[in-house]
Amino acid sequence: MVLNNIEKLLEKYENGETTLQEEQALKQFFAQEHVPPHLEMYKPMFAYFAANQDEVFTKNVSLKPKRGFNYTWISVAAVVVLLLGFYFENSNKTNDLGTYNDPEIAFNEFSKSMEMISEKLNQGTATVGYLEEVNKGASTLKYLEELENATSIIFKKQIQ
Amino acid sequence: MTQKEFLHIVTPFKDKLFRLAKRLLVSTEEAEDATQEVLLKLWNNKTKIQEYKNVEAFSMTMTKNYCFDKLKSKQAQNLKIVHSNYEDKQTTLQKQVELNDSINWVEKIISTLPEQQRLIIQLRDIEAYDFDEIAKMLEMNPTAVRVALSRARKTIREKLTNTHNYGIK
Repeated sequence: MVLNNIEKLLEKYENGETTLQEEQALKQFFAQEHVPPHLEMYKPMFAYFAANQDEVFTKNVSLKPKRGFNYTWISVAAVVVLLLGFYFENSNKTNDLGTYNDPEIAFNEFSKSMEMISEKLNQGTATVGYLEEVNKGASTLKYLEELENATSIIFKKQIQ
Repeated sequence: MTQKEFLHIVTPFKDKLFRLAKRLLVSTEEAEDATQEVLLKLWNNKTKIQEYKNVEAFSMTMTKNYCFDKLKSKQAQNLKIVHSNYEDKQTTLQKQVELNDSINWVEKIISTLPEQQRLIIQLRDIEAYDFDEIAKMLEMNPTAVRVALSRARKTIREKLTNTHNYGIK
């Protein structure tokens, strides 16, 4: 009789139609040591529900907001440091490189440096001359094409 | 409102908030933080607390939303931590080891359910709220709650039957 009742309740339970009292009854039924074998699988479910009802929030409730580390202020500080750095670096630099008073000496110095530049430039172009060799090499590679033609003919014959 | 009065209002249901958060966030520490955060928000809006019709339902909704936000946040997406809360799940000392093991199974099965169903199972089967209250907390209509609950219960039962029969059939 009782078992019949429980089975009916279980069906209602699965359809979500049980009242809270009926669910309480089910929980009590499955809390006992011996449950009919064909209902055994319900036992852990109700045991789990019962076990979870007892879990409590153990931490103390503190009503003061957590002081999180504020990263925005770090970035503000970094920007300030950077700006200061740029400012001091610019103010320390002088654009004065020295000058000649006598125009003749100035002209000599200028032509000396120009000569040096042209010399270096010529050295640079001389090394570029080797590139011609590369072109020669590439032209000999053309013979490879002939080889390819020959192999393609051979393979065609094989396929046929 | 003094701190004492506030705590008096909050204490009866703070465990429920915690359990709800834990159902969604799994990790005990995360759930503790969430609860703390929700309570703090309530405290900061303490002047409005008298206006709420049902502070408990309201806080439950807050917790739910907070947890969803947490789960959707960048933090949760970047890093997937597998939370395992090592603790004793024994209900009473006399229960056998076997039963203990199947209780863990229930936990695993519930954690595979969709979030909505997990919430409903938590609210109905563990916290024993009635349908109207659950509907209010989850901002759903009661029929939808009933349907989702029925689905969740059936899934749990099916999977439990499978594991229960494993090795026999």
